Amino acid sequence: MQTVFLLAACTSIFAVALICLFLFVNGIPAMAEIGVLDFLLGKKWKPSSGIYGILPMILGSIYVTAGAIATGVPIGILTAVYMAKFCPKYIYRFLKPAVDLLAGIPSVVYGFFGLVVLVPLVRDTFGGNGSSILTASILLGIMILPTVISVSESAIRAVPESYYQGGLALGATHEQSVFFITLPAASSGIMAGVVLAIGRAIGETMAVIMVAGNQARMPAGLLKGIRTLTTNIVIEMGYAAELHRGALIATGVVLFVFILIINLSFSLLIRRANR
Amino acid sequence: MIKTKVQNIRHRLKMYRRSPLSLVLLLLVVLSTTITVTILLFIIGYILVKGIPNITADLFAWEYTSQNVSLTPAVINTLIIVVVALLTAVPLGIFSAVYLVEYARHGNKLIEIIRLTTETLAGIPSIIYGLFGLLFFVTALGWGFSLLAGAFTLAIMILPVIMRTTEEALKAVPNSYREGSFALGAGKLRTVFRIVLPSAMPGILSGIILGVGRIVGETAALLYTAGTVAEIPKNLLSSGRTLSVHMYVLASEGLYINQAYATAVVLLVVVMIINWISNMMAKKITKG
Repeated sequence: MQTVFLLAACTSIFAVALICLFLFVNGIPAMAEIGVLDFLLGKKWKPSSGIYGILPMILGSIYVTAGAIATGVPIGILTAVYMAKFCPKYIYRFLKPAVDLLAGIPSVVYGFFGLVVLVPLVRDTFGGNGSSILTASILLGIMILPTVISVSESAIRAVPESYYQGGLALGATHEQSVFFITLPAASSGIMAGVVLAIGRAIGETMAVIMVAGNQARMPAGLLKGIRTLTTNIVIEMGYAAELHRGALIATGVVLFVFILIINLSFSLLIRRANR
Repeated sequence: MIKTKVQNIRHRLKMYRRSPLSLVLLLLVVLSTTITVTILLFIIGYILVKGIPNITADLFAWEYTSQNVSLTPAVINTLIIVVVALLTAVPLGIFSAVYLVEYARHGNKLIEIIRLTTETLAGIPSIIYGLFGLLFFVTALGWGFSLLAGAFTLAIMILPVIMRTTEEALKAVPNSYREGSFALGAGKLRTVFRIVLPSAMPGILSGIILGVGRIVGETAALLYTAGTVAEIPKNLLSSGRTLSVHMYVLASEGLYINQAYATAVVLLVVVMIINWISNMMAKKITKG
Protein backbone atom coordinates (compact mmCIF):
# COMPACT_ATOMS: atom_id res chain seq x y z
CA MET A 1 0.00 0.00 0.00
CA GLN A 2 2.92 2.32 0.66
CA THR A 3 3.81 1.95 -3.01
CA VAL A 4 0.31 3.12 -3.97
CA PHE A 5 0.73 6.22 -1.81
CA LEU A 6 4.16 6.81 -3.29
CA LEU A 7 2.84 6.50 -6.84
CA ALA A 8 0.01 8.92 -6.06
CA ALA A 9 2.55 11.36 -4.65
CA CYS A 10 4.47 11.18 -7.90
CA THR A 11 1.42 12.35 -9.88
CA SER A 12 2.41 15.96 -9.53
CA ILE A 13 5.91 15.27 -10.85
CA PHE A 14 4.37 13.34 -13.71
CA ALA A 15 1.87 16.12 -14.43
CA VAL A 16 4.49 18.88 -14.51
CA ALA A 17 6.73 16.76 -16.76
CA LEU A 18 3.83 16.07 -19.11
CA ILE A 19 2.80 19.73 -19.26
CA CYS A 20 6.38 20.82 -20.02
CA LEU A 21 6.80 18.07 -22.60
CA PHE A 22 3.61 18.83 -24.51
CA LEU A 23 4.04 22.60 -24.46
CA PHE A 24 7.69 22.50 -25.53
CA VAL A 25 7.34 19.76 -28.16
CA ASN A 26 4.45 21.60 -29.79
CA GLY A 27 5.75 25.14 -29.30
CA ILE A 28 9.51 25.07 -29.82
CA PRO A 29 9.47 23.83 -33.47
CA ALA A 30 7.15 26.67 -34.45
CA MET A 31 9.37 29.12 -32.63
CA ALA A 32 12.40 27.73 -34.49
CA GLU A 33 10.60 27.92 -37.82
CA ILE A 34 9.65 31.57 -37.30
CA GLY A 35 13.07 32.34 -35.86
CA VAL A 36 13.44 32.81 -32.12
CA LEU A 37 14.43 36.47 -32.34
CA ASP A 38 11.81 37.31 -34.97
CA PHE A 39 9.25 35.64 -32.76
CA LEU A 40 10.20 37.24 -29.45
CA LEU A 41 11.16 40.69 -30.74
CA GLY A 42 8.97 40.98 -33.82
CA LYS A 43 6.72 44.01 -33.57
CA LYS A 44 4.06 42.72 -35.95
CA TRP A 45 1.53 39.94 -35.43
CA LYS A 46 -0.21 39.26 -38.73
CA PRO A 47 -1.09 35.57 -39.03
CA SER A 48 -2.84 36.21 -42.36
CA SER A 49 0.45 37.21 -43.95
CA GLY A 50 2.58 34.78 -41.95
CA ILE A 51 4.18 37.37 -39.65
CA TYR A 52 4.38 36.19 -36.06
CA GLY A 53 6.03 38.65 -33.68
CA ILE A 54 4.82 38.58 -30.09
CA LEU A 55 6.64 41.62 -28.69
CA PRO A 56 3.32 43.57 -28.59
CA MET A 57 1.78 40.82 -26.45
CA ILE A 58 4.82 40.52 -24.18
CA LEU A 59 4.75 44.28 -23.60
CA GLY A 60 0.98 44.16 -23.20
CA SER A 61 1.26 41.56 -20.45
CA ILE A 62 4.03 43.52 -18.73
CA TYR A 63 2.14 46.83 -18.94
CA VAL A 64 -1.15 45.57 -17.52
CA THR A 65 0.70 43.64 -14.81
CA ALA A 66 2.70 46.74 -13.87
CA GLY A 67 -0.54 48.72 -13.82
CA ALA A 68 -2.18 46.12 -11.61
CA ILE A 69 0.75 46.21 -9.20
CA ALA A 70 0.66 50.02 -9.12
CA THR A 71 -3.05 50.09 -8.25
CA GLY A 72 -3.48 46.91 -6.21
CA VAL A 73 -0.32 46.58 -4.13
CA PRO A 74 -0.37 49.86 -2.12
CA ILE A 75 -4.06 49.46 -1.26
CA GLY A 76 -3.54 45.78 -0.50
CA ILE A 77 -0.57 46.28 1.83
CA LEU A 78 -2.23 49.17 3.67
CA THR A 79 -5.40 47.10 4.11
CA ALA A 80 -3.28 44.24 5.45
CA VAL A 81 -1.62 46.64 7.92
CA TYR A 82 -5.04 47.77 9.10
CA MET A 83 -6.24 44.20 9.51
CA ALA A 84 -3.16 43.01 11.37
CA LYS A 85 -2.37 46.02 13.54
CA PHE A 86 -5.21 48.53 13.74
CA CYS A 87 -8.48 46.80 13.47
CA PRO A 88 -10.69 46.00 16.48
CA LYS A 89 -11.87 42.40 16.71
CA TYR A 90 -15.46 43.09 15.72
CA ILE A 91 -14.39 44.77 12.47
CA TYR A 92 -11.90 41.99 11.76
CA ARG A 93 -14.67 39.43 12.04
CA PHE A 94 -16.31 41.22 9.10
CA LEU A 95 -13.17 42.12 7.12
CA LYS A 96 -11.62 38.67 6.94
CA PRO A 97 -14.63 37.01 5.24
CA ALA A 98 -14.91 40.06 2.98
CA VAL A 99 -11.36 39.50 1.69
CA ASP A 100 -12.07 35.77 1.27
CA LEU A 101 -15.17 36.69 -0.68
CA LEU A 102 -13.16 38.95 -2.98
CA ALA A 103 -10.80 36.02 -3.60
CA GLY A 104 -13.70 33.73 -4.40
CA ILE A 105 -15.38 35.77 -7.14
CA PRO A 106 -14.77 33.95 -10.47
CA SER A 107 -12.71 35.81 -13.04
CA VAL A 108 -15.54 35.85 -15.61
CA VAL A 109 -17.66 37.74 -13.12
CA TYR A 110 -14.83 40.23 -12.61
CA GLY A 111 -14.52 40.50 -16.37
CA PHE A 112 -18.24 41.07 -16.80
CA PHE A 113 -18.18 43.71 -14.08
CA GLY A 114 -15.26 45.39 -15.86
CA LEU A 115 -17.15 45.26 -19.14
CA VAL A 116 -20.36 46.82 -17.87
CA VAL A 117 -18.96 49.22 -15.24
CA LEU A 118 -15.27 50.03 -15.68
CA VAL A 119 -15.18 50.28 -19.49
CA PRO A 120 -17.97 52.91 -19.66
CA LEU A 121 -16.50 54.66 -16.62
CA VAL A 122 -13.05 54.99 -18.22
CA ARG A 123 -14.61 56.00 -21.54
CA ASP A 124 -16.67 58.78 -19.95
CA THR A 125 -13.92 60.01 -17.64
CA PHE A 126 -10.81 59.87 -19.79
CA GLY A 127 -12.09 59.47 -23.35
CA GLY A 128 -11.05 56.80 -25.82
CA ASN A 129 -13.28 53.79 -26.29
CA GLY A 130 -12.85 52.52 -22.74
CA SER A 131 -11.21 49.17 -23.48
CA SER A 132 -7.65 50.04 -22.58
CA ILE A 133 -4.49 49.34 -20.62
CA LEU A 134 -5.85 51.55 -17.86
CA THR A 135 -9.12 49.61 -17.56
CA ALA A 136 -7.33 46.26 -17.52
CA SER A 137 -4.86 47.56 -14.92
CA ILE A 138 -7.60 48.73 -12.59
CA LEU A 139 -9.55 45.49 -12.91
CA LEU A 140 -6.44 43.35 -12.35
CA GLY A 141 -5.49 45.61 -9.45
CA ILE A 142 -8.82 44.74 -7.83
CA MET A 143 -8.38 41.05 -8.59
CA ILE A 144 -4.94 40.79 -6.95
CA LEU A 145 -6.09 42.61 -3.79
CA PRO A 146 -7.03 39.44 -1.85
CA THR A 147 -3.70 37.78 -2.70
CA VAL A 148 -1.67 40.79 -1.59
CA ILE A 149 -3.81 41.27 1.53
CA SER A 150 -3.71 37.70 2.84
CA VAL A 151 0.00 37.08 2.21
CA SER A 152 0.99 40.49 3.65
CA GLU A 153 -1.27 40.04 6.65
CA SER A 154 0.32 36.75 7.64
CA ALA A 155 3.79 38.21 7.02
CA ILE A 156 3.01 41.15 9.33
CA ARG A 157 1.53 38.85 11.98
CA ALA A 158 4.66 36.68 11.86
CA VAL A 159 6.86 39.57 13.07
CA PRO A 160 7.49 39.13 16.82
CA GLU A 161 5.38 41.47 18.96
CA SER A 162 8.53 42.50 20.84
CA TYR A 163 9.79 44.44 17.80
CA TYR A 164 6.67 46.58 17.88
CA GLN A 165 6.83 47.01 21.66
CA GLY A 166 10.47 47.99 21.41
CA GLY A 167 9.44 50.78 19.08
CA LEU A 168 6.79 52.00 21.51
CA ALA A 169 9.27 51.89 24.37
CA LEU A 170 11.57 54.19 22.45
CA GLY A 171 8.75 56.74 22.24
CA ALA A 172 7.40 56.00 18.77
CA THR A 173 3.68 56.29 18.17
CA HIS A 174 1.65 53.21 17.30
CA GLU A 175 1.75 54.14 13.60
CA GLN A 176 5.48 54.87 13.56
CA SER A 177 6.22 51.59 15.26
CA VAL A 178 4.06 49.60 12.84
CA PHE A 179 5.31 51.32 9.68
CA PHE A 180 8.99 51.74 10.49
CA ILE A 181 9.71 48.63 12.56
CA THR A 182 7.14 45.88 11.97
CA LEU A 183 6.61 46.51 8.26
CA PRO A 184 10.31 46.46 7.25
CA ALA A 185 10.74 43.27 9.27
CA ALA A 186 7.89 41.70 7.27
CA SER A 187 9.25 42.94 3.95
CA SER A 188 10.38 39.65 2.43
CA GLY A 189 7.02 38.03 3.21
CA ILE A 190 5.23 41.02 1.69
CA MET A 191 7.50 40.84 -1.37
CA ALA A 192 6.52 37.19 -1.74
CA GLY A 193 2.88 38.29 -1.78
CA VAL A 194 3.63 40.86 -4.47
CA VAL A 195 5.43 38.25 -6.59
CA LEU A 196 2.47 35.89 -6.21
CA ALA A 197 0.20 38.73 -7.30
CA ILE A 198 2.40 39.35 -10.36
CA GLY A 199 1.93 35.70 -11.29
CA ARG A 200 -1.84 36.00 -10.90
CA ALA A 201 -2.01 39.18 -12.98
CA ILE A 202 0.19 37.97 -15.82
CA GLY A 203 -1.71 34.68 -16.03
CA GLU A 204 -5.20 36.16 -15.88
CA THR A 205 -7.13 35.65 -19.07
CA MET A 206 -10.90 35.90 -18.96
CA ALA A 207 -11.11 39.20 -17.11
CA VAL A 208 -8.49 40.85 -19.33
CA ILE A 209 -10.07 39.63 -22.56
CA MET A 210 -13.28 41.47 -21.73
CA VAL A 211 -11.79 44.88 -20.95
CA ALA A 212 -8.43 45.25 -22.75
CA GLY A 213 -9.57 45.75 -26.34
CA ASN A 214 -7.29 42.96 -27.61
CA GLN A 215 -5.69 44.79 -30.54
CA ALA A 216 -2.49 43.00 -31.57
CA ARG A 217 -0.29 46.06 -31.96
CA MET A 218 2.44 47.78 -30.02
CA PRO A 219 1.13 49.59 -26.92
CA ALA A 220 0.08 53.06 -28.05
CA GLY A 221 -0.93 54.68 -24.78
CA LEU A 222 -2.67 54.21 -21.47
CA LEU A 223 -6.10 54.73 -23.02
CA LYS A 224 -5.52 52.52 -26.05
CA GLY A 225 -6.35 48.85 -26.31
CA ILE A 226 -3.81 46.09 -25.94
CA ARG A 227 -3.51 42.32 -26.23
CA THR A 228 -1.74 40.14 -23.67
CA LEU A 229 -0.03 36.76 -24.07
CA THR A 230 -2.95 34.96 -22.43
CA THR A 231 -5.68 36.58 -24.49
CA ASN A 232 -3.72 36.03 -27.73
CA ILE A 233 -4.09 32.28 -27.16
CA VAL A 234 -7.80 32.37 -26.36
CA ILE A 235 -8.78 34.70 -29.19
CA GLU A 236 -7.10 32.87 -32.05
CA MET A 237 -6.84 29.24 -30.92
CA GLY A 238 -10.37 28.52 -32.13
CA TYR A 239 -9.51 28.82 -35.81
CA ALA A 240 -5.71 28.59 -35.98
CA ALA A 241 -3.98 25.85 -37.98
CA GLU A 242 -0.42 24.72 -38.72
CA LEU A 243 2.23 27.39 -38.11
CA HIS A 244 -0.32 29.84 -36.72
CA ARG A 245 -1.38 27.23 -34.17
CA GLY A 246 2.27 26.49 -33.41
CA ALA A 247 2.92 30.19 -32.88
CA LEU A 248 0.02 30.36 -30.40
CA ILE A 249 1.37 27.37 -28.49
CA ALA A 250 4.78 29.06 -28.52
CA THR A 251 3.06 32.12 -27.01
CA GLY A 252 1.95 29.75 -24.25
CA VAL A 253 5.55 28.56 -23.86
CA VAL A 254 6.76 32.13 -23.36
CA LEU A 255 4.03 32.72 -20.78
CA PHE A 256 4.90 29.43 -19.07
CA VAL A 257 8.58 30.40 -18.82
CA PHE A 258 7.60 33.77 -17.31
CA ILE A 259 5.44 31.96 -14.77
CA LEU A 260 8.19 29.47 -13.89
CA ILE A 261 10.60 32.35 -13.21
CA ILE A 262 7.98 34.12 -11.08
CA ASN A 263 7.18 30.92 -9.15
CA LEU A 264 10.85 30.29 -8.49
CA SER A 265 11.37 33.78 -7.09
CA PHE A 266 8.25 33.32 -4.96
CA SER A 267 9.60 30.08 -3.43
CA LEU A 268 12.98 31.69 -2.79
CA LEU A 269 11.37 34.70 -1.10
CA ILE A 270 9.13 32.51 1.06
CA ARG A 271 12.11 30.44 2.12
CA ARG A 272 13.98 33.61 3.05
CA ALA A 273 10.96 34.96 4.93
CA ASN A 274 10.67 31.74 6.94
CA ARG A 275 14.29 31.72 7.92
CA MET B 1 -14.15 52.41 31.80
CA ILE B 2 -15.44 55.42 29.83
CA LYS B 3 -12.99 57.64 31.62
CA THR B 4 -10.01 55.53 30.56
CA LYS B 5 -11.31 55.53 27.00
CA VAL B 6 -11.53 59.32 26.96
CA GLN B 7 -8.05 59.53 28.44
CA ASN B 8 -6.84 57.12 25.82
CA ILE B 9 -8.28 59.20 22.97
CA ARG B 10 -6.90 62.39 24.46
CA HIS B 11 -3.50 60.76 24.75
CA ARG B 12 -3.60 59.66 21.13
CA LEU B 13 -4.64 63.11 19.93
CA LYS B 14 -1.65 64.55 21.74
CA MET B 15 0.56 62.01 20.03
CA TYR B 16 -0.82 62.95 16.63
CA ARG B 17 -0.19 66.63 17.26
CA ARG B 18 3.40 65.79 18.02
CA SER B 19 3.73 63.52 15.00
CA PRO B 20 1.43 64.52 12.11
CA LEU B 21 2.96 61.74 9.99
CA SER B 22 1.31 59.20 12.26
CA LEU B 23 -2.06 60.74 11.61
CA VAL B 24 -1.44 60.63 7.86
CA LEU B 25 -0.46 56.96 8.08
CA LEU B 26 -3.56 56.17 10.11
CA LEU B 27 -5.77 57.91 7.56
CA LEU B 28 -4.08 56.08 4.68
CA VAL B 29 -4.62 52.72 6.32
CA VAL B 30 -8.27 53.42 7.07
CA LEU B 31 -8.82 54.85 3.58
CA SER B 32 -7.32 51.77 1.88
CA THR B 33 -9.45 49.40 3.89
CA THR B 34 -12.51 51.47 3.07
CA ILE B 35 -11.65 51.28 -0.64
CA THR B 36 -11.23 47.51 -0.48
CA VAL B 37 -14.56 46.99 1.27
CA THR B 38 -16.37 49.48 -0.95
CA ILE B 39 -15.12 47.75 -4.11
CA LEU B 40 -16.31 44.38 -2.82
CA LEU B 41 -19.73 45.66 -1.79
CA PHE B 42 -20.09 47.56 -5.05
CA ILE B 43 -19.24 44.58 -7.27
CA ILE B 44 -21.57 42.23 -5.44
CA GLY B 45 -24.29 44.83 -5.01
CA TYR B 46 -24.15 45.88 -8.65
CA ILE B 47 -24.38 42.33 -9.98
CA LEU B 48 -27.24 41.46 -7.59
CA VAL B 49 -29.25 44.63 -8.26
CA LYS B 50 -28.90 44.35 -12.03
CA GLY B 51 -29.27 40.60 -12.13
CA ILE B 52 -32.04 39.59 -9.75
CA PRO B 53 -34.84 41.35 -11.70
CA ASN B 54 -33.67 39.48 -14.81
CA ILE B 55 -33.95 36.03 -13.31
CA THR B 56 -36.87 34.41 -15.10
CA ALA B 57 -38.28 30.89 -15.29
CA ASP B 58 -37.18 30.81 -18.94
CA LEU B 59 -33.57 30.93 -17.85
CA PHE B 60 -33.98 27.55 -16.16
CA ALA B 61 -35.78 25.80 -19.01
CA TRP B 62 -34.64 22.22 -19.65
CA GLU B 63 -33.78 22.81 -23.31
CA TYR B 64 -31.36 25.51 -24.44
CA THR B 65 -32.60 27.64 -27.34
CA SER B 66 -31.23 30.90 -28.68
CA GLN B 67 -34.39 32.57 -27.34
CA ASN B 68 -34.24 31.54 -23.70
CA VAL B 69 -30.42 31.04 -23.39
CA SER B 70 -31.22 28.61 -20.59
CA LEU B 71 -28.50 27.88 -18.09
CA THR B 72 -29.80 24.46 -17.03
CA PRO B 73 -27.63 22.47 -19.49
CA ALA B 74 -24.62 24.48 -18.28
CA VAL B 75 -25.43 23.59 -14.68
CA ILE B 76 -25.68 19.90 -15.58
CA ASN B 77 -22.35 20.06 -17.42
CA THR B 78 -20.77 21.79 -14.44
CA LEU B 79 -22.02 19.04 -12.11
CA ILE B 80 -20.65 16.30 -14.38
CA ILE B 81 -17.25 17.98 -14.63
CA VAL B 82 -17.12 18.54 -10.86
CA VAL B 83 -17.91 14.87 -10.17
CA VAL B 84 -15.42 13.45 -12.68
CA ALA B 85 -12.65 15.86 -11.69
CA LEU B 86 -13.18 15.08 -7.99
CA LEU B 87 -13.23 11.31 -8.61
CA THR B 88 -9.78 11.70 -10.18
CA ALA B 89 -8.17 14.38 -8.06
CA VAL B 90 -9.45 13.53 -4.57
CA PRO B 91 -7.97 10.00 -4.23
CA LEU B 92 -4.71 11.11 -5.82
CA GLY B 93 -4.49 14.23 -3.67
CA ILE B 94 -5.32 12.45 -0.41
CA PHE B 95 -2.96 9.53 -1.10
CA SER B 96 -0.12 11.94 -2.00
CA ALA B 97 -0.67 13.86 1.21
CA VAL B 98 -0.76 10.60 3.22
CA TYR B 99 2.55 9.61 1.69
CA LEU B 100 4.13 13.01 2.38
CA VAL B 101 2.94 13.24 5.99
CA GLU B 102 2.71 9.64 7.24
CA TYR B 103 5.28 7.66 5.27
CA ALA B 104 8.04 9.85 3.86
CA ARG B 105 11.22 10.24 5.87
CA HIS B 106 12.62 13.69 6.52
CA GLY B 107 15.26 14.96 4.14
CA ASN B 108 14.14 12.61 1.38
CA LYS B 109 15.18 14.08 -2.01
CA LEU B 110 11.98 12.81 -3.66
CA ILE B 111 9.85 14.77 -1.19
CA GLU B 112 11.56 18.00 -2.14
CA ILE B 113 10.91 17.33 -5.82
CA ILE B 114 7.24 16.54 -5.08
CA ARG B 115 6.92 19.77 -3.06
CA LEU B 116 8.54 21.77 -5.84
CA THR B 117 6.34 20.33 -8.59
CA THR B 118 3.21 20.78 -6.47
CA GLU B 119 4.10 24.45 -5.92
CA THR B 120 4.69 24.75 -9.66
CA LEU B 121 1.28 23.25 -10.43
CA ALA B 122 -0.36 25.67 -8.01
CA GLY B 123 1.19 28.63 -9.80
CA ILE B 124 0.40 27.67 -13.39
CA PRO B 125 -2.32 29.94 -14.82
CA SER B 126 -5.51 28.30 -16.04
CA ILE B 127 -4.94 29.21 -19.68
CA ILE B 128 -1.77 27.06 -19.66
CA TYR B 129 -3.83 24.16 -18.26
CA GLY B 130 -6.31 24.79 -21.05
CA LEU B 131 -3.53 24.72 -23.64
CA PHE B 132 -2.12 21.51 -22.19
CA GLY B 133 -5.57 19.91 -22.09
CA LEU B 134 -6.07 20.84 -25.73
CA LEU B 135 -2.70 19.37 -26.75
CA PHE B 136 -2.87 16.24 -24.61
CA PHE B 137 -6.44 15.10 -23.91
CA VAL B 138 -8.19 16.67 -26.90
CA THR B 139 -5.55 16.15 -29.61
CA ALA B 140 -2.97 13.53 -28.57
CA LEU B 141 -5.46 11.17 -26.92
CA GLY B 142 -8.06 12.04 -29.53
CA TRP B 143 -10.94 12.70 -27.15
CA GLY B 144 -11.99 15.83 -29.00
CA PHE B 145 -13.74 18.68 -27.15
CA SER B 146 -15.36 16.68 -24.38
CA LEU B 147 -16.49 16.85 -20.77
CA LEU B 148 -13.93 14.15 -19.99
CA ALA B 149 -11.03 16.22 -21.37
CA GLY B 150 -12.27 19.26 -19.42
CA ALA B 151 -12.69 17.29 -16.20
CA PHE B 152 -9.22 15.72 -16.40
CA THR B 153 -7.63 19.10 -17.12
CA LEU B 154 -9.34 20.58 -14.07
CA ALA B 155 -8.42 17.52 -11.97
CA ILE B 156 -4.73 18.37 -12.48
CA MET B 157 -5.51 22.00 -11.70
CA ILE B 158 -7.14 21.30 -8.32
CA LEU B 159 -4.69 18.55 -7.32
CA PRO B 160 -2.33 20.96 -5.49
CA VAL B 161 -5.27 22.54 -3.63
CA ILE B 162 -6.43 19.15 -2.31
CA MET B 163 -2.89 17.97 -1.56
CA ARG B 164 -2.01 21.07 0.43
CA THR B 165 -5.19 21.21 2.52
CA THR B 166 -5.04 17.46 3.22
CA GLU B 167 -1.40 17.77 4.28
CA GLU B 168 -2.28 20.57 6.69
CA ALA B 169 -5.19 18.57 8.06
CA LEU B 170 -3.06 15.43 8.56
CA LYS B 171 -0.33 17.43 10.28
CA ALA B 172 -2.93 18.85 12.66
CA VAL B 173 -3.85 15.35 13.92
CA PRO B 174 -2.03 14.93 17.28
CA ASN B 175 0.67 12.26 17.36
CA SER B 176 -0.91 10.75 20.46
CA TYR B 177 -3.76 9.47 18.25
CA ARG B 178 -1.28 7.49 16.15
CA GLU B 179 0.62 6.24 19.21
CA GLY B 180 -2.63 5.19 20.86
CA SER B 181 -3.61 3.23 17.79
CA PHE B 182 -0.21 1.53 17.56
CA ALA B 183 -0.37 0.71 21.28
CA LEU B 184 -3.66 -1.12 20.69
CA GLY B 185 -1.90 -3.25 18.13
CA ALA B 186 -3.12 -1.61 14.92
CA GLY B 187 -0.76 -1.56 11.97
CA LYS B 188 0.37 1.50 10.04
CA LEU B 189 -2.25 1.19 7.30
CA ARG B 190 -5.13 0.62 9.72
CA THR B 191 -3.98 3.60 11.77
CA VAL B 192 -3.97 5.81 8.69
CA PHE B 193 -7.39 4.75 7.45
CA ARG B 194 -9.25 4.28 10.75
CA ILE B 195 -7.69 6.94 12.97
CA VAL B 196 -5.77 9.64 11.12
CA LEU B 197 -7.91 10.21 8.03
CA PRO B 198 -11.26 10.31 9.92
CA SER B 199 -9.90 12.88 12.39
CA ALA B 200 -8.57 14.97 9.52
CA MET B 201 -11.86 14.76 7.63
CA PRO B 202 -13.17 18.33 8.15
CA GLY B 203 -9.90 19.78 6.85
CA ILE B 204 -9.86 17.45 3.87
CA LEU B 205 -13.48 18.28 3.07
CA SER B 206 -12.73 21.99 3.24
CA GLY B 207 -10.01 21.46 0.62
CA ILE B 208 -12.31 19.43 -1.60
CA ILE B 209 -15.02 22.06 -1.45
CA LEU B 210 -12.44 24.74 -2.22
CA GLY B 211 -11.53 22.67 -5.29
CA VAL B 212 -15.19 22.56 -6.30
CA GLY B 213 -15.28 26.35 -6.05
CA ARG B 214 -12.26 26.60 -8.35
CA ILE B 215 -13.89 24.28 -10.90
CA VAL B 216 -17.20 26.14 -10.89
CA GLY B 217 -15.44 29.47 -11.41
CA GLU B 218 -13.07 28.25 -14.11
CA THR B 219 -13.35 29.37 -17.72
CA ALA B 220 -10.00 29.66 -19.50
CA ALA B 221 -9.03 26.03 -18.94
CA LEU B 222 -12.35 24.80 -20.33
CA LEU B 223 -12.87 26.83 -23.51
CA TYR B 224 -10.62 24.56 -25.59
CA THR B 225 -11.00 21.31 -23.64
CA ALA B 226 -14.71 20.92 -22.86
CA GLY B 227 -15.75 23.34 -25.55
CA THR B 228 -18.77 25.61 -25.70
CA VAL B 229 -21.72 23.47 -26.85
CA ALA B 230 -24.78 24.67 -24.95
CA GLU B 231 -26.77 21.46 -24.87
CA ILE B 232 -27.28 18.65 -22.40
CA PRO B 233 -24.49 16.12 -23.11
CA LYS B 234 -25.18 12.61 -24.38
CA ASN B 235 -22.12 11.10 -22.75
CA LEU B 236 -18.76 12.01 -21.29
CA LEU B 237 -17.22 12.43 -24.72
CA SER B 238 -19.68 15.10 -25.84
CA SER B 239 -18.69 18.71 -25.62
CA GLY B 240 -20.46 20.96 -23.14
CA ARG B 241 -20.08 24.39 -21.56
CA THR B 242 -20.05 24.89 -17.81
CA LEU B 243 -21.84 27.76 -16.08
CA SER B 244 -18.76 30.01 -16.17
CA VAL B 245 -18.13 29.36 -19.85
CA HIS B 246 -21.84 30.01 -20.50
CA MET B 247 -21.50 33.30 -18.64
CA TYR B 248 -18.45 34.24 -20.73
CA VAL B 249 -20.16 33.41 -24.03
CA LEU B 250 -23.24 35.44 -23.10
CA ALA B 251 -21.19 38.42 -21.99
CA SER B 252 -18.85 38.44 -24.98
CA GLU B 253 -21.59 37.96 -27.58
CA GLY B 254 -23.26 41.03 -26.12
CA LEU B 255 -26.71 40.00 -27.38
CA TYR B 256 -28.10 38.79 -24.08
CA ILE B 257 -26.84 41.32 -21.56
CA ASN B 258 -29.87 40.95 -19.25
CA GLN B 259 -29.52 37.18 -19.22
CA ALA B 260 -25.79 37.62 -18.62
CA TYR B 261 -26.56 39.66 -15.49
CA ALA B 262 -28.92 36.96 -14.26
CA THR B 263 -26.40 34.20 -14.99
CA ALA B 264 -23.74 36.20 -13.15
CA VAL B 265 -26.01 36.29 -10.08
CA VAL B 266 -26.47 32.51 -10.17
CA LEU B 267 -22.74 31.93 -10.62
CA LEU B 268 -21.78 34.40 -7.91
CA VAL B 269 -24.25 32.98 -5.39
CA VAL B 270 -23.18 29.37 -6.07
CA VAL B 271 -19.47 30.19 -5.69
CA MET B 272 -20.13 32.26 -2.56
CA ILE B 273 -22.06 29.43 -0.92
CA ILE B 274 -19.34 26.91 -1.82
CA ASN B 275 -16.57 29.09 -0.38
CA TRP B 276 -18.62 29.79 2.73
CA ILE B 277 -19.10 26.07 3.39
CA SER B 278 -15.38 25.50 2.85
CA ASN B 279 -14.52 28.22 5.37
CA MET B 280 -16.94 26.79 7.92
CA MET B 281 -15.27 23.39 7.55
CA ALA B 282 -11.83 24.92 7.91
CA LYS B 283 -12.93 26.73 11.08
CA LYS B 284 -14.17 23.47 12.53
CA ILE B 285 -10.66 21.98 12.55
CA THR B 286 -9.00 25.01 14.07
CA LYS B 287 -11.55 24.90 16.88
CA GLY B 288 -10.62 21.34 17.59
